[in-house]
Amino acid sequence: MTSDVKTEKIDKSLFEFAEYDSKNAELIGYSNYSYWRSTLQVFLKNKIAVILLFVVVLLLLFTVVQPYLPNQHSPIKINVDADGLQLRNLPPSSEYWFGTNSIGQDIWSRIWSGTRTSLFIGLTVGIIELIVGIFVGSIWGYVRKLDPIITEIYNVITNIPTTIILILIAYILEPGILTIIIAMSVTRWTSMARFVRNLVIIIRDREYNLASRCLGTPLHRIASKNLLPYLVSVIMLRLALAIPLAIGSEVFLTYIGIGLPVDIPSLGNLINEGRMFIMTPSLRYQLLFPTAVLSIITISFYVMGNAFGDASDPKNHI
Amino acid sequence: MASLYLQKKGGKMSKYVIKRFFRSIFTLIAVITVVFLLMRMMPEEGYFGETGTDKLDESQKEAILTNLGLRDPMHIQLLHFYSDLAKGDLGDSLIYRPNVSITKIIKQKAPYSIAIGLSSLGFALILGLSMGVVMAKEKNKLADKMGTFYVVIIRAVPPIVYYLFIQLYLTQIFKLPLLFDIDEPSSWILPTFAMALGNIAGYAMWMRRYMVDELNKDYLRLARAKGLSERKIMVSHVARNALVPMVQYLPASILFTIGGSIYIESLFSIPGMGGLLVDAIQLQDNNLVQALVLMFSVVGILGLFLGDVLMAMLDPRIKLHSSGGGR
Repeated sequence: MTSDVKTEKIDKSLFEFAEYDSKNAELIGYSNYSYWRSTLQVFLKNKIAVILLFVVVLLLLFTVVQPYLPNQHSPIKINVDADGLQLRNLPPSSEYWFGTNSIGQDIWSRIWSGTRTSLFIGLTVGIIELIVGIFVGSIWGYVRKLDPIITEIYNVITNIPTTIILILIAYILEPGILTIIIAMSVTRWTSMARFVRNLVIIIRDREYNLASRCLGTPLHRIASKNLLPYLVSVIMLRLALAIPLAIGSEVFLTYIGIGLPVDIPSLGNLINEGRMFIMTPSLRYQLLFPTAVLSIITISFYVMGNAFGDASDPKNHI
Repeated sequence: MASLYLQKKGGKMSKYVIKRFFRSIFTLIAVITVVFLLMRMMPEEGYFGETGTDKLDESQKEAILTNLGLRDPMHIQLLHFYSDLAKGDLGDSLIYRPNVSITKIIKQKAPYSIAIGLSSLGFALILGLSMGVVMAKEKNKLADKMGTFYVVIIRAVPPIVYYLFIQLYLTQIFKLPLLFDIDEPSSWILPTFAMALGNIAGYAMWMRRYMVDELNKDYLRLARAKGLSERKIMVSHVARNALVPMVQYLPASILFTIGGSIYIESLFSIPGMGGLLVDAIQLQDNNLVQALVLMFSVVGILGLFLGDVLMAMLDPRIKLHSSGGGR
């Protein structure tokens, strides 16, 4: 460093005594960080996820609106021609967009009806998981005496292969939507509960929470500003992933014969029906169309869920 | 170094293993009891064998149920069940192969499942780990993007979809047999490959993540500064350190293989346990379903136990604490 610093360049006023100002003393460092804005910013950077978000929104809208559109067939109606004969295995046409199946039902409308069923199962399982997981998790974290008991229950459940629990429950109960929801929910709350428990234990006594409490922040504000951001990423991720998982479980259970009954149109039933014609090239569309739609749905939800999970994690914010 | 470390924490280690072992036993007892009690809630049609329900009148049905011990009080039944299990007796099949001991059926079937399961696990381990290493090295380049695409597809789409397409198209492209045949070694290729796909994706994803974590660490700068070749850094430092946490995914991949075997074995008609479970479910053979569910749970519990112990042995950073959620 050179020593020829000119003394007259130093601002003399900086070295004067400051006068006490009660207003300035209350001022603290402040950044205009906003949780939701940062989340959005990080999410929008992921171009593929944004495109898939549009796909998901369109899919959701379409599955809801589809039955009310003109020229749609009923998913369970067996279509017949003028002579009363079933329109079996019709190839895709302008009337039946994805063709008809082996008893003359419209595959296009069956796909969307099946998607509705799967979305319903997925959302229900996701919401049950949230409620049970957050409730059990907070008790697990807060109440010390219950910790060993819940830990033991958790260990037992997570030690059994999920597939086996799924099969066992679906085998014992009557086949149906409710059974699948129960079978999936029995195991799925555990990881949420464990996450919330760890969160409660770690964050409860962090310095900034202590500081917040000392400054007199009300509990609901601590919960919504200090705790919720940590939960949002996991909640969104698990909700989004519940849908591909619900579809996968339903397809699996239907494949081994204990899923939804054949009279409920579902993606699993569609794939199972299509599987029968796998060796007949001219009828393969009955497998290709359902699997294509199913793949688009599951991939969109999976990628979008992960991207939003990453984006809403405060650790990834700038 | 590792052995020295193990000696140092030897006492703690054996304590942990014993503790973990008892937890597995406890889980096993809980599972057996719950499975048993749940199976008692099943409709009784599943117990009349191939004679069928309609041909028997009420008194005959009662006689069969009493004979099977199903009219005894629940705790007596459970006690019988445990003492039979201790003798290695899982009961007799009712419909699948009437009155044949289930232990005998499983003994015939298990070798196929074990052979295919283990070979697919080994295959997945080699391919998945090397894929993860390549993806980490080529981070954000084409190979990484293609790998990520593969991982997303495999993890998002229900397995049956790609299993079906493998069976449909790969058999045609490579002229491989469609169904399993014990005397035809080439018929092993596709089932093993298909079963490995999911685990390859899992291993590649986590390996890439740990490698990337490892690549950001300071000791790499030192390694480069002292003139180590990039190859040597990758192999003997980064990959090696990244491998340790990978051990925790071994149990999960065993569980995944169990799930996959149910699909694969029935798709390729492999005479193994997974295909047997599908048959038993479709025939509503209650005893066989019960026995198989227990068998699969035992394999799962054992796999998780071994994985936890292996991880505790390999990773010096792991704390052998007694409380808290295990996994």
